Amino acid sequence: MTKLKSTYLVLIFGFLYLPMAVLVLYSFNSSKYGIRWESYTLDWYRSLANDETLVGAAFNTLLVATLAASLACVVGTLGAVGIFRYRFKGRTVLQGLLSVTLMSPDIVMAVSLLVMFIALHVKLGFFTLLLSHATFCLPFVTMTVLSRLEGFDPHLIEAAQDLGAGEWQAIRQVVLPLAMPAILAGWLLSFTLSLDDVVVSFFVTGPEFEVLPLKIYSMVRLGVKPEVNALASLLFAVSLLLVSVAQCLLQRKG
Amino acid sequence: MRQVKGNSENDFPSSPLCKRGGRGDFPSTGIVPAINPPPRKSPNFFKTFVILLLSFWLALFVLVPNLLVLTASLLGRDENGFINWSFGFDNYLRLFDPIYLRVFGHSLGLALLTTLICLGLGYPFAYFLAQFRASLRPVLLTLVVVPFWTNSLVRTYAIRSLLAAKGLVNNALIASGLIDEPVRLLYTRSAVLIGMVYILLPFMILPLYSAIEKLDRRLVEAAADLGAGRLRRFWHVILPLTLPGVIAGSVLVFMPALGLFFIADVLGGSRNLLVGNFLKDQFLDARDWPFGAAASIVLIGLLFLFLSAYAYSLKRFAAKDDRQAQ
Repeated sequence: MTKLKSTYLVLIFGFLYLPMAVLVLYSFNSSKYGIRWESYTLDWYRSLANDETLVGAAFNTLLVATLAASLACVVGTLGAVGIFRYRFKGRTVLQGLLSVTLMSPDIVMAVSLLVMFIALHVKLGFFTLLLSHATFCLPFVTMTVLSRLEGFDPHLIEAAQDLGAGEWQAIRQVVLPLAMPAILAGWLLSFTLSLDDVVVSFFVTGPEFEVLPLKIYSMVRLGVKPEVNALASLLFAVSLLLVSVAQCLLQRKG
Repeated sequence: MRQVKGNSENDFPSSPLCKRGGRGDFPSTGIVPAINPPPRKSPNFFKTFVILLLSFWLALFVLVPNLLVLTASLLGRDENGFINWSFGFDNYLRLFDPIYLRVFGHSLGLALLTTLICLGLGYPFAYFLAQFRASLRPVLLTLVVVPFWTNSLVRTYAIRSLLAAKGLVNNALIASGLIDEPVRLLYTRSAVLIGMVYILLPFMILPLYSAIEKLDRRLVEAAADLGAGRLRRFWHVILPLTLPGVIAGSVLVFMPALGLFFIADVLGGSRNLLVGNFLKDQFLDARDWPFGAAASIVLIGLLFLFLSAYAYSLKRFAAKDDRQAQ
């Protein structure tokens, strides 16, 4: 490893991290405007905790992320097992649809879901948000689980069935335990995707059901407030925590 | 010395890349499934259930919505804001209005530029990372993954405060004596470009890394033994072998770059329109759904076009390799 290569790595890491580092630092700055560092304060975090609409939006965000990730995990894992285990008519079509869902830009999915919800006269809000989030998380879970399933020996299932296990028993006792790290990773991944989403939420949620990313979006557009620094830092911390948890899970079981 | 090849699974625990299994690896896992499990003939309840469950979900939330958009794009606009049943291609023809053509052209150009810059920055980065000491690599990789996981709006906001008139970049430039007064960085085309690259760079690095990591170094060494110089080794050996990663990364950068309207909103003001901003306006502000739907369909068409071009280039590469092998 030459010095030049290391320098390049450091530079790119600097590019990726410097803005976030500055943001976190300034969330503790007591100066309300500008760059000048005055003194250390927790005021901005306190005023976040006292802002009832923000706390409500945070609760909504966590609720949707938890439920959407769980829903996507159930449907996605079962779907992955189905695609892995069986040949059936339309199997390729299903996989094609999954790939399309995976690759289509957020905005295209957002538009199509909005059109459908309006056409069906579904009121925009919690349920539309939940179903939309579960939908864009679904292919990530399926692909993660599928790629793990493809990595192990299909004879294991045959062995279980030779030993007398029925189809469901073989899947529950052999396939699912083997896929568990991928399922957990898929859950964490989905949770973060849901937490991260701005575009789809922007289209499919109603005015009564506010989520954090959209709150931040309107705050940022109204102008920079030091509270936004604190809120952004908090979200960043949550992401960091989730990555570490996912890493520990996979290292232990992978 | 680094092991040539072998247990890459062991010297790189898959840990930091929970996401790699998903987004990063999709060309190998998503499009072409690797294994064909033995067919099972006896029908059973579980099989029917899981297949129906996934089919219903995808039909209801992917297929039907997109068909509705396609239908809407062929209909006319009603005074009350939604649609009326007059069939035609008017909405598509309206897109050829120079005003909208400019939006699309601008957005495509920006997405392309973003993709090229990410590739230019990301390829050497992924390559050097793959050569790094194996013991430190998982940690460094986690450092790439964290921004990948972090809320992209939050990251856009972070870039915004750096580029602001009284932000760090301007202050650093003034302190270094390069400029006397703050320059306007925000609300420019460059600001949007910087924001795009900043947000999307990890999406390029991760698939590139996983392709480069799998690269068989012996082939590079063989090329060197046969007298190929650095450039030829790169162009004829390394690049073709890592092309899947290049393609995956480019798709993952190019597509969001067309749609991420909040980056343009937060960094670019209203003048730098993206296709994403246009769609947002048509659906949520102007309420011209059929027109917006037509634009959305064009976007989908474009993406499919790019994807098939990629697939074609991959196939041609494979065919060329076969011919050379014979």
